[in-house]
Amino acid sequence: MNIVENFDLFAPRLINKKELFSCGHRACSGCAEVLSVRLMCKALGDNTVVASATGCMEIVSSMFPTTAWRIPWIHVAFENAAAVASGVEAGLKALRKKGKIDDRYIKVVGMAGDGGTMDIGIQALSGAMERGHDMIYVCFDNEAYMNTGIQRSSGTPMGASTTTAPAGKASSGQKTWKKNMPEIMVAHEIPYVATVCPSYPLDFIRKFEKARSIEGPSYIHCFSVCPTGWRSPSETAVSMGRLAVETGVFPLFEVENGHYRMSADMPKKLKPLRSYFKPQGRFRHLTDAEIDAIQERVTAEFNKLTQKAKFL
Amino acid sequence: MGKRVGLEVTVAVAEAVALCRIDMAGVYPITPQSHIAEHLSNLVADGKLDAEFVTVESEHSAMSAVIGAAAAGARVYTATSSQGLMLMHELLPIASAMRLPITMAIANRAVSGPLNILNDHSDIMPQRDAGWIAVFAENGQEAVDLSIAAFKIAEHKDVMLPVSVNIDGFQLTHMVEPVIMPSQEEVDAFLPPFVPHATLHPSRPVTMGAFSMSDYFTEIMKAKDEAIKNSKKVILEVWDDWGRQFGRNYKPVETYLAEDADILMLTMGSMGETAKIAIDELRGKGVKAGLIKLRLWRPFPFAELAAVLKNAAQLIVTDRAVSFGGPGGPVFSEIKSALFAQANRPAIYNYIIGLGGRDVAVSDFVGMFETVRADKAKAKADTYEFWGVRE
Ligand SMILES: Cc1ncc(C[n+]2csc(CCOP(=O)(O)OP(=O)(O)O)c2C)c(N)n1
Ligand code: SF4
Ligand SMILES: [Mg+2]
Repeated sequence: MNIVENFDLFAPRLINKKELFSCGHRACSGCAEVLSVRLMCKALGDNTVVASATGCMEIVSSMFPTTAWRIPWIHVAFENAAAVASGVEAGLKALRKKGKIDDRYIKVVGMAGDGGTMDIGIQALSGAMERGHDMIYVCFDNEAYMNTGIQRSSGTPMGASTTTAPAGKASSGQKTWKKNMPEIMVAHEIPYVATVCPSYPLDFIRKFEKARSIEGPSYIHCFSVCPTGWRSPSETAVSMGRLAVETGVFPLFEVENGHYRMSADMPKKLKPLRSYFKPQGRFRHLTDAEIDAIQERVTAEFNKLTQKAKFL
Repeated sequence: MGKRVGLEVTVAVAEAVALCRIDMAGVYPITPQSHIAEHLSNLVADGKLDAEFVTVESEHSAMSAVIGAAAAGARVYTATSSQGLMLMHELLPIASAMRLPITMAIANRAVSGPLNILNDHSDIMPQRDAGWIAVFAENGQEAVDLSIAAFKIAEHKDVMLPVSVNIDGFQLTHMVEPVIMPSQEEVDAFLPPFVPHATLHPSRPVTMGAFSMSDYFTEIMKAKDEAIKNSKKVILEVWDDWGRQFGRNYKPVETYLAEDADILMLTMGSMGETAKIAIDELRGKGVKAGLIKLRLWRPFPFAELAAVLKNAAQLIVTDRAVSFGGPGGPVFSEIKSALFAQANRPAIYNYIIGLGGRDVAVSDFVGMFETVRADKAKAKADTYEFWGVRE
C-alpha cells in the first residue's frame, strides 16, 4: 500500500500530535519550507534545541515579541548556524557532565536555508561536521535566497530565473549546475546523511528519527518548495515536491556510514522533467533544447546515485 | 595567598581562566594570542581543566560557538587578536544584545594592511560600539587579575554583558613576568558560580535572538546602552572586592603624580609603564608632569576622568590607532568630546604612537612632553600628529 496516498489513514497513528512549531507564523501560504520545519519538530520532539540561521524560517517564526517556537531556539546570524549549534552542544555536554543540568538527552539541531548552508555557511558547517559534534544539521533548500528576494544561490538549479540570474534576451537564468551538497557531506564521512521532502512525511519523519538516534553529526538535506520564489501556485507545494522526487530532480536517499540506500518512496521509473518544470514560472523561459540538456544531466546524476546504492 | 611565579603572560592568563572553572572555550589560533589557546588545551588535555575545548575552524565560529554555549548556560571563554577580532566583528553586538556574559582576551595587534603581527590598538578600536565592556591591562599581574574579575563582572545579574580584557600583543603577552597566581580556593571564594537568567534547555523553552523591526528596536538599543552604563557600578564593586581579597586595587582611571601636575599624559595599556619612567625623569628636572592610565575603555569613565583633569593646563593623549580622515586618534576624540562642555579644560594634544609594534622609548615620551611644553601659544592643541614618523 502506498503510504503517501493513504496518508490520512496512517498519519494520526504515526505522527506526533504535539505542535512544537505553532501556527501564527508569518510564512507565505503554501510554503513547504515551514511545513518541513513543523514536521521536523514533530519528529524530534520536546528534548531538542534549535540554532537557526537568518533566512525565511527565522524571520517568519520569531518576530519579537512573538515566537512560533515551543522548543528552545536561538538565532545569531546568517552564516554560523552550525557553529552556534556546536557551541550549544558543547555547552550542554559540559553542563550535563558536571551535573549542572539534568541528565536528559537533548538533541541539538543547526538549520539554515540553501544560502546559509551551501554558500555563506559552508565553512562553519564543514567545521562542525569535521569536529564530530553530536548534532543534526538541516539544510532547508528552497533553491535561492528567498528571504532577501529570490536571488540565486549555489543551490539554484540550472536554468531557473532568479533576481540576480534572471532570464533575459541574452540569458537563460542560472548558468551553473546545482551544488551537490549531500555528496559534500558524505565526503565528510559523518555517520548519517539523508535527503527528505515534506511531500513524503513518513520517510521524512523516519529519517529525522534515525538522525536523532545517531550519536555524532548527521546532515539532512530537505527539499523545500517555495511557491513565492518559484512562481508556482501555492496549493501545489506538496505535489510539486512529489514531482521533484518522481522526476529524479531530488532523489530521496540516505547514506549510513558510507552505505547508500534509495528510499522506498522512489519510483521505479522516473517521470519526464517537463512535468515538474511546467507549473513553475522560474523555468517558463526555457527552450525545448535547454530542457533536454537539463533532462540529460538529471538522468545521468540519478543513474550515478543508484549505482552507488547498488553496492549496499 | 598564592605564590609569586615567573610566567609568560599568556600562560598566566590561561591559568587564571582555568581557575575560573570555565565550562567551555572556543579559540582559534592567531599570533600573539595563540599561547592562550595552546595552554588552555594543555590544561584540558592534562585533566587539570574540566571544560569542552572546541577547536573551531575560524574566529567567526569561535565567537558563534561561545555565544551558543553561553546561551546554553555555560561559563565560556575565548581569546583572539587583530584579524581574528575583525572576523568576529559581526557577532560582537549580537552577543551583547543577547546579554551573554562572554569573557574574551584580546592580544592587541595591528590590523592589516599591510599585514603586521605586532602591537597596537587598531583591532579593538573598531569594536568600540559593540556594547562590550572593555578593560586594558598594563602588566602581567593586571592581565591575570582583570581576567578573573571579568567573569564576575560579566555574569553579575545587573550586568549580563560580554567583557574584553585587552592585553598588548608581544609587549605584554609574550613577556615573562613575575605574577602572583591566586589559589583555586581564593578564586572559588571570589567568583560565585554562574547563574544564568534563561538558558536553551527544554525544561523551560525560550526563544533567543528574535527578529525585531522598528517597533521595538530602539527600545532594545536603549536597554543595552543603559545596561552598559549601569555596569560601571558593578565594575567598581567587583574591583573593590578584588582589592579587599587580594590587596591589589583597580580603578577605571588611575594616576601617577597627577595631583599637582601642570602637564599630564594619558596612556592605555602597557605603555603606561614606560611613560612612568619618563615622568620620573621629568620630575627630576623639576617639570610637574603626571600620568593618567585609562583602564576602562567601555563604559567610558567620564566622571573619573574629569576629576583627575581639574588642575592641569596641558594634556597629551596618546593613541595606538588611527581614525583615518577623522578628528584624531579614537581615545583623543573621546576625551575631547568628554571635556568639551567643561569650562576650564586643559589644552589637549594628540600623538599617535607605537603603530604596528614600533617601539616607543622613554626618550619618546620625554620628547612629547617637551614639545607640548614648548607650545606656549597652544598652536598645536586640539590637533593630532604621528609621533616618530619618517617623512
Ligand atoms: C552576513 C550576511 N550577509 C547577507 C545577509 C542577508 N541575508 C539574510 S537572509 C539571506 C538569504 C537567505 O537565503 P537562504 O539561506 O537560502 O534561506 P531562505 O530565506 O531562502 O529560506 C540573505 C542574503 C545577512 N543577513 N548576513
Ligand atoms: S518566500 Fe518561500 S520559503 Fe520564504 S516563507 Fe515564502 S514560501 Fe516560504
Ligand atoms: Mg533559500
